[in-house]
Amino acid sequence: MSAVLRAQGLGKRYKQRWALQNCDLDIPSGRVVGLVGPNGAGKSTLLNLASGMLRPSAGTIEVCGGRPAEGVEQLAKVGFVAQDTPVYAALSVADHLDFGKRLNPNWDEGLARDRIRRLGLDPKQKAGKLSGGQRAQLALTLGIAKRPELLILDEPVAALDPLARREFMQDLMEAVAEHELSVVLSSHLVSDVERTCDYVIVLVDSRVQVAGDIDDLVACHHRLTGPRRDPATLPAGQHVITASHTERQTTLLVRTDTAVHDPSWTVTPLGLEDIVLAYMTRPADAVRDTRPALEVLR
Amino acid sequence: MIWLSWRQFRTQAAVVFAAVAVLAVILAGTGPQLADLYRTAGSGLVDQVSSADQTLYYTGLLVVYAVPAVIGMFWGAPLIARELETGTHYLAWNQGVTRTRWLATRLGLGAAASMTAAGLTSLAVSWWSSPIDRAVNGGGATDTYFARLDPVAFAARGVVPMAHAAFAFVLGVALGLVVRRTLPAMATTFTLYAVVQVAVPMWLRPHLAAASRTTVAIEPDGGPISIQDGAKQIVAHLEDVPGAWVTSQQTLNAAGQPAPVPSSFADCLRTESGPPALQQIDGCVADLGALGYKQQVTYQPADNFWALQWAETGLYLGLALALTGFCAWWIRRRVA
Repeated sequence: MSAVLRAQGLGKRYKQRWALQNCDLDIPSGRVVGLVGPNGAGKSTLLNLASGMLRPSAGTIEVCGGRPAEGVEQLAKVGFVAQDTPVYAALSVADHLDFGKRLNPNWDEGLARDRIRRLGLDPKQKAGKLSGGQRAQLALTLGIAKRPELLILDEPVAALDPLARREFMQDLMEAVAEHELSVVLSSHLVSDVERTCDYVIVLVDSRVQVAGDIDDLVACHHRLTGPRRDPATLPAGQHVITASHTERQTTLLVRTDTAVHDPSWTVTPLGLEDIVLAYMTRPADAVRDTRPALEVLR
Repeated sequence: MIWLSWRQFRTQAAVVFAAVAVLAVILAGTGPQLADLYRTAGSGLVDQVSSADQTLYYTGLLVVYAVPAVIGMFWGAPLIARELETGTHYLAWNQGVTRTRWLATRLGLGAAASMTAAGLTSLAVSWWSSPIDRAVNGGGATDTYFARLDPVAFAARGVVPMAHAAFAFVLGVALGLVVRRTLPAMATTFTLYAVVQVAVPMWLRPHLAAASRTTVAIEPDGGPISIQDGAKQIVAHLEDVPGAWVTSQQTLNAAGQPAPVPSSFADCLRTESGPPALQQIDGCVADLGALGYKQQVTYQPADNFWALQWAETGLYLGLALALTGFCAWWIRRRVA
């Protein structure tokens, strides 16, 4: 399957600070990808690089087989719903659809009108008067009706209340199923991602900590509990993500492609949230050591 | 894309064009009277203009000056700054239109509208003022009205206001793009535009067309001169060259070399108290002339009006084009 997003050594620097560095990704098409990480981790930077709003300071990025925002054809392939779902406050809902129709070669007018009707938006209403949820829906409609191959959403639900959040996500998933889109969406909430995505990228401190299919990640991460011992004595192939010790007991969160046979460990399966949190909380200096090994996951 | 540009621009455009239309109607109503007056009074018109028309004369000057500045601040500066401020550039730049084309359309429409608005204003004001301008150029003695070439009137006549408006607009756009916030961009646009508008007539415009040079004798009954700066400086007034714009002057000694006014002149003019009597001044001026001192005056003759107009138009349009290139570069390289 061809890659919808491929990055090699990708980095973005603002003045002295790296917002994203050494990012290698190869995301197959047809996936719903969740990009999680704490605020300021570089999620928006990565998405802005993918949409071509930013240019990389280092490395390369390829989206749907082309350089982001390079020409009309490339722009038509990628839909982008930016953070805070900006719309033109002075333009009406109908104006926005008109705007989409005039500016996009593959615009699906029927789809757009249908969605607006179904969402119960008044076409005459000024976008500035819409609620946060309605504005996000309008921005999503513009993103979907241009019929992109890849839809990128940057924290689309961050500003929404729980109900609007759920509705938005459900609606997004229906659209994804219907139009066979690839989606990359960012969130600082693992629960959003767990519910909707089948692929996850964990970004902390401007670096990709782990990326892969969620089922695979869950299958190969385990919590090992047993008598106290040095994590360095583990067999090759078992990578420690986090370790905690009490006087007599050691708890490890490990990644391994093979089953754990050591009878001294009690092995418990992990949820996505546990895994993501483990990658987020582990010490920063651990990143470089394990980075090459992450590629096994693809 | 033109639709979007127009949709976002029409309110601001309507306000400015409505103001221009109001001015044009007022000028059209009073202009013919002034033209009639010139037909009967000739250059003597300068003493017969009604006070209402005098107010209108200055209002016209002011408006032609204001239009490019207003355009730069209210059309140019917010054009991209507002998009960046509200984040709508994320929306605009992710449709099936490249950023370069988006910029080109918005700049093109805005610049065309700017030049039209300023051009129409200048056309109306230049037409209305033409009897007064002709009277002044024909030798009508006045301190109230300015020759067309005078720096005060020049930028409010002919074609240069169009170029000023195009420049102010693109300057506003460029500053909005760099500053990224509407209000600071408007303020910097106004400041920078004002600086350029002062700098050009002071340092550049005098050299945009070939200047003429004449030497005026310093004598009591010769051309009128002023004595300034404690008798250290002499300024000749070119009354026999009406409509000229004096760009610089220099006192020459008997050998024809530039020289300062000799201190003997100041000594001669010194009195016990109060200003020197007219007779004393005439005597001192005659002495200075007898020493061989002359005044050299460099000026732009009235005939150079259109040469200067086109040259300055080219200068400002060149600056506008350079700024357009900068915007295109910046929007592709530097903006998130």
